Amino acid sequence: MPVIQIVIFAILGLVAVGTAVGMLLSRNAVYAALFLVLNFATIAILYLILGAPFIALAQITVYAGAIMVLFLFVIMLLGVEKLPFKERLRGQRLIAILLGVVFLGEAVLYLVYRGQAGQLPLPDAIQFVSPAELGRVLFSQYMLPFEITSIILLAALVGAIVLTHHDKPTPAAEQI
Amino acid sequence: MPITYYIVLSSILFVLGVIGVVVRRNAIVIFMSLELMFNAANLLFVAFAAYYQIITGQLFVFFVMTVAAAEVAVGLALMVAIFRAKHSIDVDQMSSLKG
Repeated sequence: MPVIQIVIFAILGLVAVGTAVGMLLSRNAVYAALFLVLNFATIAILYLILGAPFIALAQITVYAGAIMVLFLFVIMLLGVEKLPFKERLRGQRLIAILLGVVFLGEAVLYLVYRGQAGQLPLPDAIQFVSPAELGRVLFSQYMLPFEITSIILLAALVGAIVLTHHDKPTPAAEQI
Repeated sequence: MPITYYIVLSSILFVLGVIGVVVRRNAIVIFMSLELMFNAANLLFVAFAAYYQIITGQLFVFFVMTVAAAEVAVGLALMVAIFRAKHSIDVDQMSSLKG
């Protein structure tokens, strides 16, 4: 059913691009965050179509759940949801969009024409990769990168605490 | 269905992220655009993993997600610290190091 596949892909793609544009244009940071949540959800559905159920659900829980809640929490904690939309450098926005479009054309042309794989079709029946299979490879072949991510997370944890920790002068320091 | 469609969609999302980083001056929105770029890259990883029928691509998405989570945690902590000092997270205001 290639036609149905293409229709579904077109709808999801439109939603993804539309929410990304909405995020860029919205003046309220909370709306921008909610647009991004919708964008992550559509990309998760695309992952499901591509046969990656574990990645799709990790996307929902980690990105749409944890990371965006963190974003919303910081936005509301700081009270910065109103975004001024003026530009300091005149014409900066126009030039940025022009260069972005040029970059897009270049990237697409390169990937489609130089990267040979572009014309080839995806397999018709994409097999779902089960989480068990993924875990087996992760814990055998990719054990060392997995351990390194734990160090990255630990460093991020310590860094976040150190950066936001507010030093209160201790009574002993005040006396000196 | 050709993989070209996924390449184009992912490129569009990535470029939108780049434009967001360049155009917006609010540090939180810049971070959201970064997340968008991570996602575009992840989508391409998964698409090519499905194309070549190997699961290493999906594993790399897993690693990218971990690094993105760490980056967001540190970045938002930085933002809170900067807001405490300058009462603004406009990146144009963070120019104290300018010579």
